Amino acid sequence: MLEKRFHVEIRTPQRLIYEGEVLSVRAPGILSSFEILAGHIPFLTVFDIGEIRIRESDTPQSIATSGGVFEVLRTGVTVLADTAEWTYELDVERAEAARQRAIERLASRDSEIDQMRAEAALARAANRIKIASQ
Amino acid sequence: MATLREIRRRIASIKNIAQVTGAMRVVAAARLRRAQENILATRPFAEKFNTILGHLIAQIENPSHPLLEERELHHVCLISVSADRGLCGSFNSNVIRATTQRAQHYQDQGADVMIVCVGRRTRDYFARRDYNVIAEYVNIFRQLEFQTAVDIVGEFEHLYTDKRIDKVEVIYNNFKSAILQTILVEQLLPLTPEVPTGDEFFLDYLYEPRQEAIFELVLAKHLNMQMWKVLLDSNAAEQAARMAAMENATRNANDLIDQLILERNRARQTQITTEISEIVSGAAALEG
Repeated sequence: MLEKRFHVEIRTPQRLIYEGEVLSVRAPGILSSFEILAGHIPFLTVFDIGEIRIRESDTPQSIATSGGVFEVLRTGVTVLADTAEWTYELDVERAEAARQRAIERLASRDSEIDQMRAEAALARAANRIKIASQ
Repeated sequence: MATLREIRRRIASIKNIAQVTGAMRVVAAARLRRAQENILATRPFAEKFNTILGHLIAQIENPSHPLLEERELHHVCLISVSADRGLCGSFNSNVIRATTQRAQHYQDQGADVMIVCVGRRTRDYFARRDYNVIAEYVNIFRQLEFQTAVDIVGEFEHLYTDKRIDKVEVIYNNFKSAILQTILVEQLLPLTPEVPTGDEFFLDYLYEPRQEAIFELVLAKHLNMQMWKVLLDSNAAEQAARMAAMENATRNANDLIDQLILERNRARQTQITTEISEIVSGAAALEG
C-alpha cells in the first residue's frame, strides 16, 4: 500500500530548513517525543531541545534543534524552531567549545540566572554533539 | 601662507582619507544589503508565528498572563540598542540621548531605572556614568544570531515575572529606508496584546500540554521575536547610517582636495613669478 504523505515546513527565524512532502515527522515534545503521521487532527504544541526527524523515505533525516513551536493543521505541519541544523551542518568543534565554556561557567559563577543559562547552553551543545555523532 | 610642499603633503593625506572613507562606504553598503536580506529572511517565520498566535488568542476567552499584567511603576528597565562601532553619524548619540531622556522621565516619576546595554557604544557611555547597568551585550552585530535575542530577553523576562521590574522598553534606531532612520521607543513588557486578530473560522486545536501552558510559552517566544526584529532593524539602520556618513565624508574630502589644488596652483604660480622677476632683475643689474 502506498503510504500517505503530508506537507511539512521547518523554519528558523533566519532561514527555511526544510519544505516538502513527508511520511512522518518526529519532534522532541516537552512532555515526550512524538511522531506525526498523515491525517492527524489540528494540534499545537511546544518542543524542547532535541532532535527533529523527518522521513521522506525509509531512511530518516535528523535535525538538531533547541526548541520551538509545532503546529499541525489539515493542510500540513509547520515547525517554527529557535535554531535548527541538519546533521551534516553541525559544527562539532564549535559545539564542543560551547560545551567546555558552559561547563566552566557552571563551575565558576554563582548567580542563579547565570547558572540556568549555562545549563541551557550546555544542553544545547550536548544535543548537537549527540546528534552529530549518530 | 603655507608653502608649496606643505600643501602637497596635505593633498596627499586627504586623498588617503577619501580613499579610506570611500572603502568604508562600500563595505557599509554590502553589509546593508546583507542586513536587509536578514530582515526579509525572517518575514515568513514571523508571519507563520503571528498566525499561530492569532489562532491561539482567538481560542482563549480571557487572556491573562504574567507578561500581560500591568503594574504600578517602581522599577523600569530600558534596553538601549546602539552599534558596536562609531563612524556612523548621529546613530549612536541619538540612541544615547533618547535613553537618558527616557531614564530621566521615569526617574522624575519616582521610578528606579535599570539599563541593558546592547552594543559597545551605549555600554561605554552608561557604564562610565551613574546608571544601573544590569547587563551588556557587545560585539553581537558582526554575526547576528537569534540566540542573542533569546539571551537578551532572558535578562529581563524573569525580573518581570518576579515583579522586580514593572515595565520594559527598548530604544533603538528603526530602519525606515536607506536614507531614513528614526529613533523608536517600544514597550516590550507588559506585552501589549495588539497581537494579530484571531481567525474566527479557525477550529480549535488539540493542545499538549494544556492550552494555558502553551499560551505562556508562545507568548515568551513572541517576546523573543520582538527582540530579534529590533536587533535586525538596528543593524540595518546602523549600516545605512554609516553608509551615509561615509558618503558625506568622502564628498567633503574631495571638496577639500579641490580647494587645496587651487591653493597649490596659486602658490606655484607665485613662486614662478618670484623666480622670473628675480632673474629679470638680475639680468637688468648685469646690463646696467
